[in-house]
Amino acid sequence: MKASYKQWLTSLPQPSGLLEAIQRKSRKALLDMEIKLIEDDSWRLTNRKQLENLLKLPLDNSKAKQEINTNKGLARLPSKGFRLDLNGKSNCFDQDKLPTGFSVLNSKEIKTFIENQSKNNINPEHWSIAINNASSNHIIGLRIKGNDIPALELVMQAKEKEFIPTRILIIIEDKSDLELLEVLVGANKSGQSHMIDIYLGKESKLQHGLICSGRSESNFLANVIVNQEAFSTYNFTSVQYGYELGRLETHINQKDGNAKTNLNGLQVSTGNEQLATYSKIHFNGPEGHFDQLQKSTASKKSHCIFHGSINVPKIAQQTNASQLSKNLLLSKRAKIDTKPELKIIADDVKCTHGATISQLQEDEIFYLRSRGISAKQATSLLIEGYCKEILESLPVEASRWGILTQILTSIQE
Amino acid sequence: MIRENSELLIEITDLHASVEDQPILNGVNLKIKAGEIHAIMGRNGSGKSTLSKVIAGHPAYKVTSGSISFQGINLLELEPEDRARQGIFLGFQYPIEIPGVSNLEFLRVATNSRRKQLSHEELDTFEFEDVVREKLKIVQMDEAFLNRSVNEGFSGGEKKRNEILQMALLEPMVSILDETDSGLDIDALQIVAAGVNKLAKAETATLLITHYQRLLNEITPDFVHVMAAGKILKTGNKDLALELETSGYEWVDQEIKNEAGNS
Repeated sequence: MKASYKQWLTSLPQPSGLLEAIQRKSRKALLDMEIKLIEDDSWRLTNRKQLENLLKLPLDNSKAKQEINTNKGLARLPSKGFRLDLNGKSNCFDQDKLPTGFSVLNSKEIKTFIENQSKNNINPEHWSIAINNASSNHIIGLRIKGNDIPALELVMQAKEKEFIPTRILIIIEDKSDLELLEVLVGANKSGQSHMIDIYLGKESKLQHGLICSGRSESNFLANVIVNQEAFSTYNFTSVQYGYELGRLETHINQKDGNAKTNLNGLQVSTGNEQLATYSKIHFNGPEGHFDQLQKSTASKKSHCIFHGSINVPKIAQQTNASQLSKNLLLSKRAKIDTKPELKIIADDVKCTHGATISQLQEDEIFYLRSRGISAKQATSLLIEGYCKEILESLPVEASRWGILTQILTSIQE
Repeated sequence: MIRENSELLIEITDLHASVEDQPILNGVNLKIKAGEIHAIMGRNGSGKSTLSKVIAGHPAYKVTSGSISFQGINLLELEPEDRARQGIFLGFQYPIEIPGVSNLEFLRVATNSRRKQLSHEELDTFEFEDVVREKLKIVQMDEAFLNRSVNEGFSGGEKKRNEILQMALLEPMVSILDETDSGLDIDALQIVAAGVNKLAKAETATLLITHYQRLLNEITPDFVHVMAAGKILKTGNKDLALELETSGYEWVDQEIKNEAGNS
């Protein structure tokens, strides 16, 4: 592991541009953390061989401008929104092409934000974050102001046999609302490292969706970092399928409590895939509200992982948090690891958590079969029902992406 | 309705079945002809529900010997879905809730699988909506039930009405209704029973499994069978049900003792 890791780091182009300092710092951190990394619990279950494959892929260095509203081989454009096609190669956008309510952040604003990242309860040296920080040459920064503004769709397409890092910063001003759908599209033997920093101002609201749709032997690491001011609302739905190795980490910080966070997640693994979701929420003030439902289905020899951590320090009195991990094992050789975790210091809180792992119920299948529905179709209907609860909470007309059909096909193949 | 020359739909011969190696059915014999309504009564644990599940093909029940013939076909060789497509319908005592699966879509898929078997054209979403609206009237159900998940959050009465709605859509040859009256108030019982009566035809048959005479006040059976210890102990007409209502099942114990003594 160490050799390929070092080789990957040395293969990266010289640090430069706006992110030069953080690139240097992260590369050094990655080299230094080698031993710690192996002992780290968040790393323990990760398929290292697949991660090595990811880190063997060369970085795409060609220069090309980010494109707006492209539709090449993708789902149709959202009817009430616009699409940005991000390729990790440039941070240039024509401001005048962006709709009202969106503005591009200047270098100074971005720099200030990055330098403050460690103050927001985020460890920039955490290995998955550091991989993105070490390799990202560009960052897209957008400021959102207003209500009733068009929805935003960000598409990050992988390239065959290449590693593409993408990095985004979104600042939502006080009392502003946004609907955002991010779509990671894998390619054959590809690697993606995606990181989005979101800052939610007071009384702002974000409906955020992330679809991670993999292809043969594709891999991704993604980090969603959210800082919420008081009275803001963050609703996030993530869906992962089709990646050989998929790892999503969500870091939420309610800076002064008094905010609402809802997380819904679905991971559907099959074949030899390993899909993981790690979520952390920290309440840095009282009266925060948090609700999480994480679902997984694992078939064939695949592996699904969930580790959700809720941190309620003494300052976070009257926090109301609930977390549920529901898992469906569809074969004898599939694996599920789930760990809902509560760390509570405050004494006046209402927190619940739980996890279930089950198989499809024989009585449910028989009920459908007794109505003339074949065993295969019955299984498919039950999985569809299981997934829909999460899929229906995706924003920006996400059904355009045909996720359900792709999921059911992948399980049945 | 008993008719001399009507078609024999189901013939069960010396049926033995077990669940988890525990014998439950110990030699059931039963013939059901077209146009007839049969009722099976008996104590809890007598094997009534097991019989219904074995006919429908529940994989947890193993037939150890005996046969079930349906219109001349060996039913035991068929998968549950093929039995349903052929025209066997089981109305569940406890209909299963299936979160996330729309009732409308479920009913459409089920109806089309039966229609396909009957060489009828499959119905698309719009055509099916017209059909299902008509059938809803039979059980006085609101259209809103179609957009909910299958049985999820339905009251006991709504679940049973949903079962009869499925029966109406699938147009089975033999309907087995397992304690359809349980958990129903008087109004709901009358709606469900009226639905069953309306769907009963000269070429089809109904097998009611029940504990109570009150269902049989609404649906008049041609035959009443008493089940005990996994077999049919006695067969009579509707008066047998009335007799049971007054005398209970104590005589059954004596009959079983006598039978054991004779064997």
